[in-house]
Amino acid sequence: MSTPDLTRLSAAALADRLAAGDVSSVDATQAHLDRIAAVDGAVHAFLHVSAEQALDTARDVDGRRARGEELHALAGVPIAVKDVVVTEGLPTTAGSRILEGWVPPYDATLVSRIKAAGLPILGKTNMDEFAMGSSTEHSAYGDTHNPWDLDRIPGGSGGGSAAAVAAYEAPLAIGTDTGGSIRQPAAVTGTVGVKPTYGSVSRYGLIAMASSLDQAGPVTRTVLDAALLHELIGGHDPLDSTSIPEPLPSLVEAARAGASGDLTGVRVGVITELQGEGYQAGVLARFHESLELLQRAGATLVEVSCPHFRYALGAYYLIMPSEASSNLAKFDGMRFGLRVEPTDGPATAERVMAATRGAGFGDEVKRRVILGTYALSAGYYDAYYGSAQKVRTLIQRDFAAAFAQADVLVSPTAPTTAFKLGEKLDDPLAMYLNDVATIPANLAGVPGLSLPSGLSDDGLPAGFQILAPAKADDRLYRVGAALEALLEQSWEGPLLAKAPELEVAR
Amino acid sequence: MSSLSRDEVARVAGLARIDLTPAEIDRLAGELDVIVEAVASVSEIATPDVPATSHPLPMTNVFRTDEPVAPLDRDAVLAAAPAAQDGKFLVPQILGEDA
Repeated sequence: MSTPDLTRLSAAALADRLAAGDVSSVDATQAHLDRIAAVDGAVHAFLHVSAEQALDTARDVDGRRARGEELHALAGVPIAVKDVVVTEGLPTTAGSRILEGWVPPYDATLVSRIKAAGLPILGKTNMDEFAMGSSTEHSAYGDTHNPWDLDRIPGGSGGGSAAAVAAYEAPLAIGTDTGGSIRQPAAVTGTVGVKPTYGSVSRYGLIAMASSLDQAGPVTRTVLDAALLHELIGGHDPLDSTSIPEPLPSLVEAARAGASGDLTGVRVGVITELQGEGYQAGVLARFHESLELLQRAGATLVEVSCPHFRYALGAYYLIMPSEASSNLAKFDGMRFGLRVEPTDGPATAERVMAATRGAGFGDEVKRRVILGTYALSAGYYDAYYGSAQKVRTLIQRDFAAAFAQADVLVSPTAPTTAFKLGEKLDDPLAMYLNDVATIPANLAGVPGLSLPSGLSDDGLPAGFQILAPAKADDRLYRVGAALEALLEQSWEGPLLAKAPELEVAR
Repeated sequence: MSSLSRDEVARVAGLARIDLTPAEIDRLAGELDVIVEAVASVSEIATPDVPATSHPLPMTNVFRTDEPVAPLDRDAVLAAAPAAQDGKFLVPQILGEDA
């Protein structure tokens, strides 16, 4: 290769070259489309590739740049969008048969912002159906494969976005995180993922799973890229009544400050309950090495206890299915998506709805909708949903007490590295345990970031999670960028440079 | 707390308006029973003195200014519907013949 490979650049580095006029957005976009054509047969990160629209956007941005127009810092940098986010004119399925072929008549707010800033949208990424899963195996459209080992899961539900970024098919992607769907895929693919504070990024136009937990955020290869993307998609949106009506903290500035590697005076709380039993030895070893690096950078480590976290998984698997059972009631076969008529008897609206959902929903969606309906049904509401909401209060109190002692909290992102495709598909409870360390943040609304901490004993990436108080997302970027800089010094480059080269289709 | 029987799963699936095959009901009864048992631990610490939290960051009275805005384009919406007629969604009969 004589010319530098544009797909290996970070979004920030690519943006600099675009701004300097060294490369065009058309070239950068085409390089990523070529990469998708070369490797996505094996990875299957994308459900839909929108080459023509992406190149149209790229040409438009190149033209505006040539005319000297002032452009957004990320203008011309291509991006992939998780298929749970609605995109006008691009098919949106949320990984479900029930929405096969649906083309939304409007854009999510975050998509409007991406379009307004001139980022070419490469396509829509694969995911567990309606974001329900931790492996992307619950997609109705086939598995996504982990670029580190194609026989392994890329995490979930946003396995497509994480795999696309890890496989250099896109420098940036959008994910959504209800219980870990951005952070856990980041951990198992050696990439960076951020779940912002609840309300930091508009939920308008996300196909909702659990409205009080869902949050969209950046999926990238570097902490700085995540900050750049978070600043682009975040901030108040009047179309989302839970959107925080105040400006974002300075995230890019925090990431740049952190990259100096100085964390003098920062108090890092190590959560007692999120380590030990159930965590793979190599994952814990990398976690402890990262803690040493933070300490060497000037941070103070404190052990903090969050005693109610052990109830978080239970509370989550009551609240999330309850909200999902309500949100998914709109898939009734009347206004969009699939309609299936019953094979016998009268085709009333109610029977058409049941037949449509029976045919259109996959196993995990049926499981969760029925679980949620049960938890909300007469006679069980107080014991299940009511109790879970109380646990939510107790978990928020744990966070409040912990943040009184520490500026950020840390843990391994996921208890293990990527497991084999199929390994946990028949054991829903084992699958749910993947999110044990990520769920508390969603229940409390606090932000969380995952970045790679190194390779576990099995040669697969492990993740390091940083949590901050609500609305203090800037702390994630400062501490994350510092740790990233120190780790990359020790590795003599990014962790992804250690990933095996994918075989390229010709 | 009670466990989920096959009949209970069938009843709740009816409430959720999801047609299930007999094999699906059998499998879900087993799976959901294990899941419900695992999550039931929440009641151990949910004592009466603990208030419930429904939303991570409490907000009240979120209003926008009372100005009309353009709705979605009707034809674009109907183009994505399973069936449409005369500028409206075409849906099956709401009530059975006997009603």
